[in-house]
Amino acid sequence: MASESTTAHPFEDAPNHVTPTVIHDPILTKTDFKRVGTRPLRPDGLDKVTGRARYGADFNLPGQLVGLVLRSPHAHAKIKKIDTSKAEKLAGVKAVVTAADMPDHTGGDQSMYDILENCMARGVAKYDGHAVAAVAAIDAATARAALKLIKIDYEVLPHVTDVDEAVKPNAPLVNPKLFTEGVEPKPKKASNIAKRTEFGHGDVDAGFKEADVIVERSFRTEQTHQGYIEPHACVASVSPDGTGELWVCTQGHFVYRNHCAMLLGMDVSKLRVTSSEIGGGFGGKTHVWAEPVALALSRKANRPVKLTMTRDEVFRASGPTSATSIDIRIGARKDGTIVAADATLRFTCGPYYGMWAELGAMTAFACYDLKNVRTVGYEVLVNRPKTAAYRAPSAPMAAFAVESVVDELAHKIGMNEVDFRIKNAAKQGTKASYGPVYGPIGIGATLEAAKKHPHMKAPLGKNQGRGMACGFWFNFGGQTCTDINIGPDGSVTLTVGTVDVGGSRASLALCVAEELGVPYESVKCLVADTGTLGHNDMTDGSRGTFSSSMAGIFAARNAVTVLRERAAKMWEISVEDVTWEDGHAKAVGSKYGNLAPLSLKEIAAAAGNTGGPIAGHSEIVADGAGVSFATHIADVEVDPETGRSKIVRYTVIQDAGKAVHPTYVEGQYQGGAAQGIGWALNEEYIYGKDGRLQNPGFLDYRIPVCSDLPMIDTQILEIPNPNHPYGVRGVGETSIVPPLAAIANAMSNAFGVRMTHVPMSPPRVLKALEAAKRA
Amino acid sequence: MAVLVTTTINGDRVEFACEPNEPLLDVLRNRLGLSGAKEGCGTGDCGACSVQVDGRVVCSCLVLGVEAEGREIETVEGLAQGTELHPLQSKFLEHAALQCGVCTPGFLMAAKALLEKNPNPTEEEIRFGLAGNLCRCTGYDKIVRAVQDAAKVMRG
Repeated sequence: MASESTTAHPFEDAPNHVTPTVIHDPILTKTDFKRVGTRPLRPDGLDKVTGRARYGADFNLPGQLVGLVLRSPHAHAKIKKIDTSKAEKLAGVKAVVTAADMPDHTGGDQSMYDILENCMARGVAKYDGHAVAAVAAIDAATARAALKLIKIDYEVLPHVTDVDEAVKPNAPLVNPKLFTEGVEPKPKKASNIAKRTEFGHGDVDAGFKEADVIVERSFRTEQTHQGYIEPHACVASVSPDGTGELWVCTQGHFVYRNHCAMLLGMDVSKLRVTSSEIGGGFGGKTHVWAEPVALALSRKANRPVKLTMTRDEVFRASGPTSATSIDIRIGARKDGTIVAADATLRFTCGPYYGMWAELGAMTAFACYDLKNVRTVGYEVLVNRPKTAAYRAPSAPMAAFAVESVVDELAHKIGMNEVDFRIKNAAKQGTKASYGPVYGPIGIGATLEAAKKHPHMKAPLGKNQGRGMACGFWFNFGGQTCTDINIGPDGSVTLTVGTVDVGGSRASLALCVAEELGVPYESVKCLVADTGTLGHNDMTDGSRGTFSSSMAGIFAARNAVTVLRERAAKMWEISVEDVTWEDGHAKAVGSKYGNLAPLSLKEIAAAAGNTGGPIAGHSEIVADGAGVSFATHIADVEVDPETGRSKIVRYTVIQDAGKAVHPTYVEGQYQGGAAQGIGWALNEEYIYGKDGRLQNPGFLDYRIPVCSDLPMIDTQILEIPNPNHPYGVRGVGETSIVPPLAAIANAMSNAFGVRMTHVPMSPPRVLKALEAAKRA
Repeated sequence: MAVLVTTTINGDRVEFACEPNEPLLDVLRNRLGLSGAKEGCGTGDCGACSVQVDGRVVCSCLVLGVEAEGREIETVEGLAQGTELHPLQSKFLEHAALQCGVCTPGFLMAAKALLEKNPNPTEEEIRFGLAGNLCRCTGYDKIVRAVQDAAKVMRG
């Protein structure tokens, strides 16, 4: 099956999806707002400060069993034999499953087969943490004892975890049947490079001949994890009649439904999935991991099964981002014009193909207006967990490399780094390096705002440096289905299918209240289960508020049509003579001067006599997600004796299109910046020579804590997206893109050291400082 | 062999039986229906399971259920008095100091303990006082502001 609903990731066909392009039919209809742009309390807030909100692990069913997964201790090993007989005989064990209990229903769909194999190893364990068996038992102690009774005969195979090692000709093969796609002629020899992709235009070689200055550098970034605080958790219940229910923390319960149904051989309509409150996802909860296993256990035991990952399992066996190796070459004339830009990007995918280098290749130079540009991406298989999306997936690493070189180039030709970027910034009409032509965009505006920002002129202290960098993300629209139901008292239920990851229910209620002309408080936004609405794509690609507000506004317009018809019926006049203003039906024309406006509440109260319930619906593909740009400014203090860095001031400037709930927009800017800072300075997966992950816990994989960070200042720019009725752009992802380079540039400005390896952890910074001292 | 434990939780006398090796967090969540405390790591690194034991904030994943014997336990469920929210709860809402909200119960309990000891903390004291609690969504900015504002309200 190749339909979008079953693909592993919506960005798999990104070139078709990411369509900022030329505006053919702008639908921006509103620029003056009464409710949008205010900052009311979120509707789910009270439950979340009182402990009542129910997350993945906070749900239980009668007769529920505890599920646990046995995982490979080897980076790469053939599974010669699995003996589950002793575990099955243990009192209290109700089901044991292996790959044999999860037959292949994928019908030749390679991406779905890869998901199946990742959920439960089929003959070969491909990374430390790969699931090989699972049990369901009456309690956790019994389940743990059962895992110990499962005997597996492994034949350890050679492994490779490093991106640069994996592309060497004699590297151990992660998949011996893999031949690189995207090269002609088709290779005769298998390799770890799954695919080559290329983007760009112009003549790069000719461009470099025009350059007065060329900077060329290689970079590496280490693998990081989304680090959501809530581990994956679900409760699965499958009946012998082939129906099932799944309660799960996910960014996209409809996609989880489609994937799980296919992997289990169930009808999509017979699996009902409910998304719990979600304790962070950042892309990591867009893929199924243990959920199909929980369903398989439940099916075999004929009892509900609760399966929660430990933190160790989250690190070892969910989906971190790619580790990368990137070469950048950029040339400019002395007047500051970039004449050619070239990038080669190698991104790890884990054991299965993903389009991670491709996304890096698409985003690398997206901030700039370039005549000659080429980017080449290589998807590299390694014996690490399957790479998953992490907030603007692949863009931060590409931006780290590009924005570092851009800064260096500016300084080499004697230009201020902001002015150099302004001179080369993409604008409306620019042909993006990844293909499309931009509509109205905000990169120039964020740079101008940075130039004027007081932060840029503030004095620096001892051992402190200031850096800046830009970032880009496509944003995404996708399939969206939304209902509005008007109650007999005139209150409004807005039912959406996009999971609320950080306050979107407030933003969506604001948009619908705006459109209907009713108070925010009278609109209740619910996230429906999969049995209630048509398919919705996941909350990813910064699409939650963009797409569901678009569908919500359209559904509200649909409801307004019904409300006008009902008012016309009540007045016994023609519907053409009824308009909708400020939450009221009004009769137009002097002959109706005696008809007082009817409120939504009055029309709703009469609904039983005018045609029944009043509702509005919308089913769309929310095309036209406006691209997003940001500029960040970072002040970094480095202790020259230890190499420890501290962020002392940080500013995010980003285009939101229209900030529906500005407080939550600020929150997205701040949260993304904080994740980027952690990535820049501390976070990395550390593998031993044995191919095992050495730091699968929050003690050794250190994400920023409160005392690591300063306040994070934000400036919201609003350059309306013409493809959304209110001008909204996605805001969630771009903020993680610039920090790596902004911080590296700050270190370079302070100490004259060019950091080319992320994270810039104390040992690496110290080494660089000492090398600079010697030189 | 399960052990019978008598304790006080949010002012109520509570009896439960638990295994000697069972964490207090599991007792609260699985035996007593108090799922406000969350398990983010199970190793005391994230603070999502923070509760107060005799006025001291602890990770309930690192305390055994049997250690609750004779103690006073406070959890996020006991923070509001009837329909009246604790100032920290109100200020977390007002300042949008939560996005996903899964770390929020832990932050509230840690912030409460901090403000009981130090009613007028500096920004730095708040940052170090809450350094045992991980939040991956907010970048902490709005959490620090909410705690500052709540401290002001609580000082009167």
